[in-house]
Amino acid sequence: MALRIIGCGNVDRGDDAAGLLVARRLHALGVETPGVEIIEDSGESFSLMDRWAGFEHVIIVDATAPSGKPGQVRVWNALVDKLPEDFFPSSTHAFGVREAVELARTMNRLPQNLLIYGIEGKQFSFGAPLSPEVEPAVASVVERLVTQVSDEQCRRQRRARGSGS
Amino acid sequence: MSKQPSRTIKVDTLARVEGEGALYIKLKGDLVQDVKLKIYEPPRFFEAFLRGRHFSEIPDIVARICGICPIAYQMSAVHAIERALGVAIDPSVRMLRRLFYCGEWIESHALHVYMLHAPDFLGYPDAIAMARDHQAVVQQGLRLKKAGNRIVALMGGREIHPVSAAVGGFYKAPSKSALKELVDELKWALDASLATARWASGLDFPDFEQDYEFVSLSHPNEYPFNEGRIVSNRGLDIDPSEYEDNFTEQHVQYSNALHSVLRGRGSYMVGPMARFNLNFDKLPDVAQQAARDCGLQAPCRNPFRSIIVRAIELVFACHEALRLIHEYEPPAAPRVQACARASTGQAATEAPRGLLYHRYELDQDGLIASAKIIPPTSQNQKRIEEDLWHFVSQVATRPTEEITLKCEQAVRNYDPCISCATHFLRLHVERD
Repeated sequence: MALRIIGCGNVDRGDDAAGLLVARRLHALGVETPGVEIIEDSGESFSLMDRWAGFEHVIIVDATAPSGKPGQVRVWNALVDKLPEDFFPSSTHAFGVREAVELARTMNRLPQNLLIYGIEGKQFSFGAPLSPEVEPAVASVVERLVTQVSDEQCRRQRRARGSGS
Repeated sequence: MSKQPSRTIKVDTLARVEGEGALYIKLKGDLVQDVKLKIYEPPRFFEAFLRGRHFSEIPDIVARICGICPIAYQMSAVHAIERALGVAIDPSVRMLRRLFYCGEWIESHALHVYMLHAPDFLGYPDAIAMARDHQAVVQQGLRLKKAGNRIVALMGGREIHPVSAAVGGFYKAPSKSALKELVDELKWALDASLATARWASGLDFPDFEQDYEFVSLSHPNEYPFNEGRIVSNRGLDIDPSEYEDNFTEQHVQYSNALHSVLRGRGSYMVGPMARFNLNFDKLPDVAQQAARDCGLQAPCRNPFRSIIVRAIELVFACHEALRLIHEYEPPAAPRVQACARASTGQAATEAPRGLLYHRYELDQDGLIASAKIIPPTSQNQKRIEEDLWHFVSQVATRPTEEITLKCEQAVRNYDPCISCATHFLRLHVERD
């Protein structure tokens, strides 16, 4: 039941850093334990498909395109939902998270569980810091994932105790 | 005489991070009235970002400019700074840098051939739709790309944003045994590249040739990556330090990107077709023979056939990677020390998309006083527009939707940095 959390983005591109910062803060908080891995990725489709291979539970955190609500957090269950192109338009240099999910869906390469956390960005300028509106959203996603991982570990422990009795 | 109806074709896109691209074509009847390719690149943000940084920081920063070509940016940067500081690198480091570049070419060309260009030729809007009917083709492309990624990850120290390249060499050199672990997959990749070339040569190509000035690096003994003079098929033969004496950038009103031109001559083409045409005799026998088997001869002047040329360069890159791994002996030290001094250095290397020029001016403390970066996409942009002027004339009698798709394919011949986005374009077509 291994869980992998993948924070995507580019740390030098303003709010595109949001996913990476979530991964770094989770790591700093010691969330990474046996059965829970946290990694960073550029969010490029084909590397993403390799990075979730072999994991049953995967959570991706990425910045989404501006739609007038910077800092809004949206969550999609990729097994059920088609990712909207409005929030995940293509980068100019690489296929992104949406294409990774849709290509993997076509090729039967999705993990058993795949949640996508999208943090709406405001600006993606080279060298810019995180926008003030996005900072609380990063903290909020970190908090939600800490709780989610903790709940998952408790469930696992209960199952392990149950199977051992 | 009846009034000719006019048609305007606009292709707009929204990009998440950078490089918003748009294509505008105006027709009157079957006559082309106007063609504008707009590639909105953030003008000179990168160069401003580099000013005041120590030269040792530059390879890591420029690697983050492009998600597909981080090695190219690192290689042009380290060579320019080494030229400024008079650093001579170890021959083994030189080999490692070629191997590093092989990895990036394999990754980038596999992505473009299979995921970006192939859907155009096979009649699909994108690779996702193509994968439904051609899963084996997509699988092969993904595995080839991964073979390149393994080289980059091993050499770069990690999967993304490679951090190992340094002025003077690498922070860490790989062991022989680590490189040997790549061999089996690269042997598969070489065979797969040969199959890719055969497959690509069977596609249908528009009958379209242009009289190009091809520009690339040229080295006396090898197919170019990191070193050589900048040459063309019309007599250009200069050291990279003379680049700005011979090329200039023109601002065009409708685009933030700058158009590069050869002074007094105009547009030119960089990239795989230019390299192939100017360096065919430097390709290894296996790649030369593969080209002949595909009916590909230098000079190739049909840009649509660049998909075959990229496949031939895949053959070269896999073969070269295997050769380099076979001959590799680790350097005595992974890098030599570079000492700061006030100086200027220029270098050009061959990114997958073509010539990538960097110039750095350093102060006496080794801080960047000024930087100039001219990527291949801005060098090709004027030439892409000229292709479109001529190509649209050939297809002007076709329905607007077909013209649009054909023009997108023509733009993708150059694998510009917008090419990923243009597969997911929001099309907007106007008719009068």
